[in-house]
Amino acid sequence: MTVAVNPTQTGEPVFYLADEHPHPEGYSTSLGFWIYLMSDCLIFAMLFAAFGVLGANYAAGPAPKDLFDLDLVAVNTSMLLLSSITYGFAMLTMQQNKVAQTQMWLLITGLFGAAFIGIELTEFAHMIHEGATPQRSAFLSAFFTLVGTHGLHVSCGLIWLVTLMVQVWKFGLIEANRRRLMCLSMFWHFLDVVWIGVFTFVYLLGVLR
Amino acid sequence: MSPDLLKLIFGRLGIDSLPLHEPILVGTFAVVALGGVTLLAGLTYFRLWGYLWREWFTSVDHKRIGVMYMVLGIVMLLRGFADALMMRAQQAMAFGGSEGFLPAHHYDQVFTAHGVIMIFFVAMPLVTGLMNFVVPLQIGARDVSFPFLNNFSFWMTVGGAVLVMLSLFIGEFARTGWLAYPPLSNIGYSPDVGVDYYIWGLQVAGVGTTLSGINLICTIVKLRCPGMTMMRMPVFTWTSLCTNILIVASFPVLTVVLALLSLDRYVGTNFFTNDFGGSPMMYVNLIWIWGHPEVYILVLPAFGIFSEVTSTFSGKRLFGYTSMVYATVVITILSYLVWLHHFFTMGSGASVNSFFGITTMIISIPTGAKMFNWLFTMYRGRIRYELPMLWTIAFMLTFVIGGMTGVLLAVPPADFVLHNSLFLIAHFHNVIIGGVVFGAFAGINYWFPKAFGFRLDPFWGKCSFWFWVTGFYMAFMPLYVLGLMGVTRRLRVFDDPSLQIWFVIAAIGAGLVFLGILSMLMQFAVSFLKREQLKDVTGDPWDARTLEWATSSPPPDYNFAFTPVVHDNDAWWDMKKRGYQRPLTGFKPIHMPSSTGTGIILAGFATAMGFGLIWYMWWLAALSFIAMLAVGIGHTFNYHRDFDIPADDVIRTEDARTKLLAGAK
Repeated sequence: MTVAVNPTQTGEPVFYLADEHPHPEGYSTSLGFWIYLMSDCLIFAMLFAAFGVLGANYAAGPAPKDLFDLDLVAVNTSMLLLSSITYGFAMLTMQQNKVAQTQMWLLITGLFGAAFIGIELTEFAHMIHEGATPQRSAFLSAFFTLVGTHGLHVSCGLIWLVTLMVQVWKFGLIEANRRRLMCLSMFWHFLDVVWIGVFTFVYLLGVLR
Repeated sequence: MSPDLLKLIFGRLGIDSLPLHEPILVGTFAVVALGGVTLLAGLTYFRLWGYLWREWFTSVDHKRIGVMYMVLGIVMLLRGFADALMMRAQQAMAFGGSEGFLPAHHYDQVFTAHGVIMIFFVAMPLVTGLMNFVVPLQIGARDVSFPFLNNFSFWMTVGGAVLVMLSLFIGEFARTGWLAYPPLSNIGYSPDVGVDYYIWGLQVAGVGTTLSGINLICTIVKLRCPGMTMMRMPVFTWTSLCTNILIVASFPVLTVVLALLSLDRYVGTNFFTNDFGGSPMMYVNLIWIWGHPEVYILVLPAFGIFSEVTSTFSGKRLFGYTSMVYATVVITILSYLVWLHHFFTMGSGASVNSFFGITTMIISIPTGAKMFNWLFTMYRGRIRYELPMLWTIAFMLTFVIGGMTGVLLAVPPADFVLHNSLFLIAHFHNVIIGGVVFGAFAGINYWFPKAFGFRLDPFWGKCSFWFWVTGFYMAFMPLYVLGLMGVTRRLRVFDDPSLQIWFVIAAIGAGLVFLGILSMLMQFAVSFLKREQLKDVTGDPWDARTLEWATSSPPPDYNFAFTPVVHDNDAWWDMKKRGYQRPLTGFKPIHMPSSTGTGIILAGFATAMGFGLIWYMWWLAALSFIAMLAVGIGHTFNYHRDFDIPADDVIRTEDARTKLLAGAK
């Protein structure tokens, strides 16, 4: 919005706006959410740093080579990447104001997300069963915390997704709901980016190490 | 009931968790309980609960939230200072075979609580409160970007404070020092609830701090009034922006490091353990990556306050506005490159220590630039020695001394000698009291009339000022001497009798500061009684320069009836100079956010969850968590969060002010 701040033609300076100068609802939301995401990014940065420092401290316990099943992780990664694509489709259909299709894509996104969490939990259970618990070594502490924090974020995203689906179902694709879907979209893609970091630094480099 | 069932319900909480065997604590509890009951009875008798709930606790008005932050900060100052008095008394007494009056178990909690409370629950609320109150007014906005979040942030800070205060009477607080270094803070050496109180108190408050940081950044970036470009923002708004950027970029680090420590304590992971590959020094690194920016989070807003005060009370435009802004930005960046100077003795080698020593010294350059800017603003100014200006001058003298001892400590070889000595204690009290506390007091005296519509009494204010300043020098100069003689921090008893005199002098200094605090409370009381005499009808009692003085004191809910348009750095000064006429007609309805109790409810559940986690009452933690989730999600189903103040109400408010202004002439 542009506002004339120069002196008016009469030469009198303007010191206030005669008309209301409203900031539409949600005016700061996307900036605020971006900043929140950056603070969350810092949380992951710290966890990556902790993994970087402690990631080779096996304490005579199992190492990545003994534990990671790259095939399973590849499947899991594809679940998350696919969920990001389907979320993109949800946003496209939202732009076209198609409620049913948006809901359908959101549902598919949620299913992919749930599959991701399911596979991750299976992997964790398997590792713990083999004695590779978070208590076993600093490497495993850092591994479970980093990957687990990501998983926790995805789980929160799932709760949020369900909430939004209910809200879209009840109130339709109103402005507020579009804004919320946009925020969740940023959150979801952000988690995808973080996962690419996890996949590369924890799994791929771990197996190489 | 069977012990198993008791354990299920109460976790590790039992009758023996109450400190019934400690006479000091029982006495304190009696006094606090009596005071608390009197307060609650008074509120009930005068039927103030409804008023407090509707007008304050659930308010999303940034001004009210700002005031509540200040009240929290001042109340917690009394607690933190009581700890300080106890330590000074203990150290002055414990000579010649005397053990003093504090057993080690208690003394260790006292110094930990003192540090934690003073930083997190005194300095932070005072600074956040001032930013909350002033920034939207200075930028000509109606409120912050996310008013509900603001209320929630405040109550989370209160929740953290409540947990820390609870530890006084239920269980105990950490005995680790204010940063709780492992392995001491790990479960093996601190198996009791003290460190858990520390962790959850800070985590709950930390959520509030981070969110309020995001909120204020958005407010400053998005809600400035027309004409206020970045380089026309008042310096206090600039320093607030930088501080909040620092908050958002550093508090997540604290969150993570405390979360990792809790995993070590609760789950048995090996982040900071001595064995299984853990690294205690990683904790020290991580916590100082938060901790060093934290000191700039505190002091930058104080620098902003001094800038506003100096230019107002010198009757001049601030000298070197642009350099002030750049100095602030440079300090913001550099504050991330110095954390290692807190532990040169870690043994990271000469190159690493040199790097961090040099970056630390470089920070004194922008800080020095600021100092000269203030001096040149005063130069040839028509200086009025009102209270805010007195605090500013005391700051300039005191902070320079603290800054110089800081540069001394930044020299790694010198630091190897002075590390963890009382010299360090004297240094950081020198900068935090001289900078942050004096700044907060300058800010309180400066903006009080804006918040309440009457000035603070100058006589008691001056008493407070002189007691504080002389008390400060008497309390901390001896610590420099002791530190140079090699006395380390956190000691409880001493053998060498020649040291005692210095501790006695320091204790007398603390007594003077105590008189300063009492004078300040007296100042509030007297000012309230004399509020008619001290009334500010103009809204601009100091002949000031920035936008907050353009509206009435106290400002109406909507701050400005019409959004201001700015042409100059000193917007209000410019308006006064160019004959600005206050508009008397044409008022329109104003859109404002509605009050909500969700913030206080959510923070209440968060606090209960913290309490459950501290005492291993898992059911309480789980239920509170679920409740939080439910209330939070429920809140998102409310789409109608604002209302319009009708034009009639605006007209009535503005007409009342017109009458008041006419009466003033």
